[in-house]
Amino acid sequence: MAELDITRVDKIYHSRKGDVHAVKALDLVVKPGEIVALLGSSGCGKTSTLRMIAGFEEVSNGAITLGGKAIHALPPAARGVAMAFEAYSLYPPLTIGENMSFALKSSRLPQAEQEKRVKDMAEMLEIADILNKYPSSVSGGQQQRASLGRALVRDAGLYLLDEPMGQLEPQLRAVLRGRIKHYLREHNCTTILVTHDQTEANALADRIAVMEGGVLQQYATPAELKARPANLFTGTFIGEPPMNVFTADVSATAERVSFTVEGGTTLSYPASDMSEALRGRLAKTPRIALGIRPHALQLGEGPVKGKVTACQWLGDQTHVAVDVAGRTVVSVSQERVSRPTGSDVSLNVAARDLHLFDAASGNAIAHGGTLA
Amino acid sequence: MDHSSSLEKLLRSVAITLVLVFFLFPIVWIFLMSLQTNETILRIPPSIAFTPIIDNYTALITGQLRTAAGSLQLNFMQNMFNSVLLSVCSVALSLVLGVPAAYAFARFKFRLGEDIAFTLLSFRFAPALLVLLPLSLYFKTLGLTNTYIGLIWVYQLICLPLILWIVRGYFEDISPDIEHAYRIAGNSWWRTFTRISIPLAKPGIAAAGLLAFIFAWNNFVFALILASADKQPVTVGALAFVTASGIQYGQIAAAIIISITPTLALALYAQRYLVEGLSMGAVKG
Repeated sequence: MAELDITRVDKIYHSRKGDVHAVKALDLVVKPGEIVALLGSSGCGKTSTLRMIAGFEEVSNGAITLGGKAIHALPPAARGVAMAFEAYSLYPPLTIGENMSFALKSSRLPQAEQEKRVKDMAEMLEIADILNKYPSSVSGGQQQRASLGRALVRDAGLYLLDEPMGQLEPQLRAVLRGRIKHYLREHNCTTILVTHDQTEANALADRIAVMEGGVLQQYATPAELKARPANLFTGTFIGEPPMNVFTADVSATAERVSFTVEGGTTLSYPASDMSEALRGRLAKTPRIALGIRPHALQLGEGPVKGKVTACQWLGDQTHVAVDVAGRTVVSVSQERVSRPTGSDVSLNVAARDLHLFDAASGNAIAHGGTLA
Repeated sequence: MDHSSSLEKLLRSVAITLVLVFFLFPIVWIFLMSLQTNETILRIPPSIAFTPIIDNYTALITGQLRTAAGSLQLNFMQNMFNSVLLSVCSVALSLVLGVPAAYAFARFKFRLGEDIAFTLLSFRFAPALLVLLPLSLYFKTLGLTNTYIGLIWVYQLICLPLILWIVRGYFEDISPDIEHAYRIAGNSWWRTFTRISIPLAKPGIAAAGLLAFIFAWNNFVFALILASADKQPVTVGALAFVTASGIQYGQIAAAIIISITPTLALALYAQRYLVEGLSMGAVKG
């Protein structure tokens, strides 16, 4: 399996209405056998990136190398890349089985080996019973699995999976995620997965590249993204429900560090909860953006006062929406909590759960009391 | 419920019958005329009772037209051959040029692309005479007047825009990712175009080709001005039946029946493609 290097890659679409800079100076390295997810909202540049790697879009600037070989100027056929398409893109005149084996025709594998691969893959994806059917006569989910199977049966240096499980039912998706990850691991497949589903990215990927506005915001492991977001965008994008964010004025003394948020509420912590380096930094930063994940904002005795606007038990956790000085914040509890709408509540957050960002640039200053 | 459904069926049958009568009556009438002499056709009052004859067809096939004023040589079978040659070659050339061009317009965005496509379509807007008058001068200079090559070239004004726009719509309806999936599996652009894109667009190409053939076959004015009798198709050749001794209605009717037979047979054979191709490609596109 090969390493993929994307170096200072730009994608600019030219049109009469003006240029659209879809991908800006993207740097990304995918190690051999690594599974990487490109995660972002619609229009963030993740699909453009994938299509540039596949060769369906030209690279405006920069270079893409796979296994040390520059591929960005090669036609798709010469790149040694396999791809599963979001819109399935199966050939209508061929059966599901033929669609999957079609990709192996140019591989010069013995016929028996081709058939075995298709059969094994179909069993893994639970489509063995529809191999003789035509794409038009099977469901969207089955077509999507066939498209995924068509990509995975091939021997390729890199596998590109564009929203590979978007059409599947949640239960099947959960089962297939495990199987696909196991398959990719077992075959040491270097893989890039494009998705807007955080659960899918967390479950499948070793590292996640978060993109927004064509810019790579952060490239890290799923745990790191959640614990140490590089900027306000990643902080609020990763995690469900999203992070609560306040603008806060900082007051740092030798004994205590305080954050006065909008509405006058002050969160005050002993100076010992913050590293010395962070205290020094905060002394020079009077205004910050304070991020608190809903799971870290706990109901009970605390300095943050507000009124409950909604309280929902979701089966495995409770989401409580609280109006704090005209702003809605969300607290998540793993237990079943019942708070009537309009009731007064207090909220608390520990210093180790604070995420501090520069108010102007949005870049992370600190996570959990230590500098970012 | 049953009552209203029977009424609906009845009304639908009546409507279909009316439409069929409206469109088929001229064809049936022409066919009946082709089996009569000029005298029985022109008798007053007209009658559908007559003794059928095949003399009109014999005259066309043998090339001998006998009228009250005497015998006349006919070129009808040569006209038939010209029609077939001109229509087939024109459509073939249009397909060779138009299908790749339609694919390019559908798949690639390039400078002035839309303007070029619209210019090609605009040939269909202009009256033929507007193009023909200057064209006849050029044809004289280039030595193309009264040549098959010249006529096939000028027939591209009819066929090419039609094929280009219908097939373009059809290509646009096919997801580019189907081609991408084939290309990424190790196939070249050309192979993808010939193995995937063209087969998937086959109904649209067939429909466009058929329509172009019908339009080319029915064309009258290009060959009337740019060719003389030996290169003219049946549409122009029918003028020969307007003779000094009168209009030969029987032979004209027989000529019409013979000349519509190939297009009618082709249309009936490719009816499925025609409906599918036009409804999926041109309308959506």
